[in-house]
Amino acid sequence: MKYLDEYRDGKIASRIVDEIRSIQTKPWVIMEVCGGQTHSIVKNGVDYLLPRGIELVHGPGCPVCVTPLEMIDKAHAIARRPDVIFCSFGDMLRVPGSEGDLFTIKSEGGDIRVVYSPLDCLKIARANPDKQVVFFAVGFETTAPANAMLVSRAKQDGVRNVSILVSHVLVPPSIAAILQSPQNRVQGFLGPGHVCAIMGYREYEPMSARFKVPIVITGFEPLDILQGTLMVVRQLEAGRAEVENEYSRILDREGNRPAQKLVASVFEIADRKWRGVGSIPKSGYKLRWEYRDYDAEKIFSVKEIDTREPEICISGRILRGIKKPHDCPAFGTVCTPQHPLGATMVSAEGACAAYYAYGRHLESKREELEAMASLGGAA
Amino acid sequence: MSTLESKPPSLEAEQSAHSELPNPLLGSCPLPIFEHKKIVLGHGSGGKLSAELIDKVFVSRFANPTLERMNDSAVLEIAGARLAFTTDSFVVTPLFFPGGDIGSLAVNGTVNDLAMMGAKPLYLSAAFILEEGLVTSDLMRVVDSMQAAARLAGVQVVTGDTKVVNHGNADKVFITTTGIGQLIHGACLNSDQARPGDKILLSGYIGDHGMTILSQREDLDFEAELRSDCAALNGLTEAILDEVPDAVRCMRDPTRGGLASTLNEIAGRSGVGMMIEEDAIPVSDTVRGACEMLGLDPLYVANEGKLVAVVAADAAPRILARMKEHPLGADSRVIGKVVEEPSGMVLMKTSVGGTRVVDTLFGEQLPRIC
Repeated sequence: MKYLDEYRDGKIASRIVDEIRSIQTKPWVIMEVCGGQTHSIVKNGVDYLLPRGIELVHGPGCPVCVTPLEMIDKAHAIARRPDVIFCSFGDMLRVPGSEGDLFTIKSEGGDIRVVYSPLDCLKIARANPDKQVVFFAVGFETTAPANAMLVSRAKQDGVRNVSILVSHVLVPPSIAAILQSPQNRVQGFLGPGHVCAIMGYREYEPMSARFKVPIVITGFEPLDILQGTLMVVRQLEAGRAEVENEYSRILDREGNRPAQKLVASVFEIADRKWRGVGSIPKSGYKLRWEYRDYDAEKIFSVKEIDTREPEICISGRILRGIKKPHDCPAFGTVCTPQHPLGATMVSAEGACAAYYAYGRHLESKREELEAMASLGGAA
Repeated sequence: MSTLESKPPSLEAEQSAHSELPNPLLGSCPLPIFEHKKIVLGHGSGGKLSAELIDKVFVSRFANPTLERMNDSAVLEIAGARLAFTTDSFVVTPLFFPGGDIGSLAVNGTVNDLAMMGAKPLYLSAAFILEEGLVTSDLMRVVDSMQAAARLAGVQVVTGDTKVVNHGNADKVFITTTGIGQLIHGACLNSDQARPGDKILLSGYIGDHGMTILSQREDLDFEAELRSDCAALNGLTEAILDEVPDAVRCMRDPTRGGLASTLNEIAGRSGVGMMIEEDAIPVSDTVRGACEMLGLDPLYVANEGKLVAVVAADAAPRILARMKEHPLGADSRVIGKVVEEPSGMVLMKTSVGGTRVVDTLFGEQLPRIC
């Protein structure tokens, strides 16, 4: 894990910050697309290191957050069935639907299991032939190959008692939606490193050219974020708009071809609804017809569930970079990770939840924090 | 661990009781409302859910000054003798793991709760709930391990109990140990004793126990071997108290909920702030790697052989040196200091130079999607 320390070095960080300060002539608004980046920024206090004129706003890239409430309710309806073993990544468990979360269903006797890899569901299905094993296939392009692998392997091996509940979304259409919004204030993007490790960054080039906006594909460590920010600011100050790659130690322009092929063989592009944002055309995946027997929505024919979000919640505007968590009167008061009112508070990578987890609801203390940090060695 | 605590899944809470209104003639306070209809696993996580369960269901009902101090052990004065008294239940899966097993854990956990109050642990009780079908040789292995741990810690198991339940009504074996120890120094080590200017000492690498259990439970293979740090800390606490007894404000073993929860507890009860440094907190490469992979934060991962000591600043170098001489404290460090404000909060200077708040978790830490 030595390689991680190199990306958390305080001395290098302050050198990058100095360089940003020296080239910056006016304020800029930059959006980090990924929830993982948001988490890292807040966890490491990266935004506090940046010059005041550089504002980081937080993008739509938290898969748990943007999963629509009706999809969560569908998942819960399936998970409650006695003939089902419901498998999920850990952070979906606390996301509240209209009635409780998966933890509650588990406490009422539901068979809910946290898996670290979708392929674990195959093992579970083989060990429990009298049960239907359902995996909640949530995520961006990053998790799509592993989810595709599950159904493709199941079909190949003739395992029939496994299915997936698909709620897959794609990054490029969401960036386009943000840029097309009349209220948009985002001038440059830190692009999604993990997503591009799979997909490459070729598809971001036409968007960067069309909207004249710099997109720098960026990693997740503090120095990645700072370096990506520097690269965006350089472009903005020079009036350039290109796709650049800060995360070249992990990815290239083409991405992971075999993974892309696998995904394309299992999924096809579909319109998807995003929590807090609404429907975006061609913004997600659904299972191809050939895999309909593995589609939990078809198998369990859960009816459309009508849901309504609280009016006070501004998560839609937060996801588009128009507002920040502090702009919401409910943030940290009536809306907390224990009782989330909307998308951005439900998962650790949501902007509101990350702000809350790292104490930003106590923002009045910020000056104090900064003063204390500058006093140097705590020890 | 606090004097009274919860652990999944052995806990049954009375849900109906709070619906009954208190008799106004008795003048008792209305009991706080515990809004959860059912107990969830998070109630045993050591985070905010656990605290809520303990406060609203237990402390409010058992209300007495000794309990309300919420220390690792209750401190009692009986016929002139000052004693520490504590209890703890153990429900770990798997029963055996690298670095320990449920038996050594059950002895060391209770020994440590006594030791944190500055007591010399003396006697333990051990109660076993056995599941029908448990392999006898496994039970004997657990009991042998308890005896070995007890001998190492210098305590004796002097009383016990056994119950057998139907298959499926317990998970192989649950153990409850209760311990009693004698307070050897006059020091008052309540967790409300931290003062601005004090130094915060940590006895070594964090996260080893929790990540060992998780990797065993989930069948995750990591390149390097993970080993639980399960150990009795009474030797180390005695060494610390021998050095400069009056300079030690309080000691805690950061078990469930990890270092972050322990520091928050001390900060909250003492009404002080804490400033710690990410770079000063030792985490092994294996634990860090495993945590990175699963999206967990080692600050919240359980330890079973580490302690945090808050000590007066001028005595910190001597105490640190003494800790380092002890085999269980060889990697001890100063990880931060106690500050006046913001009261009740733990702040951390991150490696990269930012600052963040280290809060108590709500429930269990959840692995992230990506």
